[in-house]
Amino acid sequence: MKKVVDKNELKQYLKDGISIHFGGFMVCGTPEGLVDLLIEMKLKDLTLICNDAGFPDRGIGRLIVNGQVKKLITSHIGLNPEAGKQMNEGKMEVELVPQGTLAERIRAAGSGLGGFLTPTGVGTSVENGKQKLTIDGKEYLLELPLRADFAFLRGSITDTIGNVYYNGTSRNFNPLMALAADMVIVETEELVEKGQIKPEDVMTPGVLVRYIVKEEKK
Amino acid sequence: MITDIELAKTIIAKRIAKELQDGQLVNLGIGLPTMVANYVPENIMVTFQSENGMVMMGPVPEKGKENMDITNAGGQPVTIQQGGAFFDSSFSFALIRGGHVDITVLGTLEVDQEGNIANWVIPGKKVPGMGGAMDLVTGAKKVIVASLHTEKGRSKILKKCTLPLTAKHEVNLIVTELAVMEVTPEGLVLKEINKDTTVNEVISLTDADLIIHKDLKIMEI
Repeated sequence: MKKVVDKNELKQYLKDGISIHFGGFMVCGTPEGLVDLLIEMKLKDLTLICNDAGFPDRGIGRLIVNGQVKKLITSHIGLNPEAGKQMNEGKMEVELVPQGTLAERIRAAGSGLGGFLTPTGVGTSVENGKQKLTIDGKEYLLELPLRADFAFLRGSITDTIGNVYYNGTSRNFNPLMALAADMVIVETEELVEKGQIKPEDVMTPGVLVRYIVKEEKK
Repeated sequence: MITDIELAKTIIAKRIAKELQDGQLVNLGIGLPTMVANYVPENIMVTFQSENGMVMMGPVPEKGKENMDITNAGGQPVTIQQGGAFFDSSFSFALIRGGHVDITVLGTLEVDQEGNIANWVIPGKKVPGMGGAMDLVTGAKKVIVASLHTEKGRSKILKKCTLPLTAKHEVNLIVTELAVMEVTPEGLVLKEINKDTTVNEVISLTDADLIIHKDLKIMEI
């Protein structure tokens, strides 16, 4: 299976209205080259799932500024004023999810779980519309899994069969998202031959990855 | 009253640092809470977590030595200390929700005498989102609020929060430049005051009802 492709070969799969899990935390670990591709393609009505709204000039924040996002599922939009503005004007739907719940909803989707119970959000507006269960005298919210059509990840080192290693804190949501989408695309800073990453160091096994594109840091 | 805001913040950070104990795992929020790391007592080892995926977070690197793959929860470059570890977001929040974090220190918009905290949204005005705050406040064993006592002359410590809550009944300790207050089943107990204030001044600057501890102390900083 050929996995390493030119970015342009991905265009045939990407359409208006798709949902995408975007790796990264305040743009650390966000695939900026794939953001560029979506901007170049002028795709509309995207549903993005990402820890935060990035910055107006970095990360998925650029897609928001460009008016390409219909719905954003995220934990934080505070450093991208445009996201708050579009939300208040009704131009973009924003679902705010506590960060740990967001991570676990993605993990649940990728792990075949029908949901999970968390105490986070009990007694706050986060519980609105959710089922509440009491286990051993403690209240929990039932949170549901969160899948997407695509997962766009940023790897530091990736081999030609898709095994990924992430530097530092760039790992964040990336390995969780690799399990929770129909098609997983990794943008990598460094591309190496199969076997060059020690098995112990593989953080996302290549079997989960369909396409790899190389994109050096800007 | 202490009108010098930088001095006030330093007093708060120094006092909270005295709450830290050897071997604890601690999460500090962005801003004022981060200053606590500067005053950790020398004879103890405290491990700082950053919820974006590391423990043993170190200080901000020198100019020119930034590695943008090592950042804090605010996206700013930081360092990792010897013995540290990186992990993914699911593991990071397992540490938080799973009760492995001993202390979380965070700032707030409002806090009240029942231990309720509101720090993630001002409806119609500012909607930054909760980030990791709801999980941290719910999961950490001890929740310490670091806050100036008043803002624009108004008490930040209320009888009842008016903004949407981050969590209900989760705050344990409130530290301001003027006072240390503990949330108890009986109510909010004033345990310590700054040497430059009086009980009457603290009461007059606090909206919440205060129970004066019978063994009221001067804040050690």
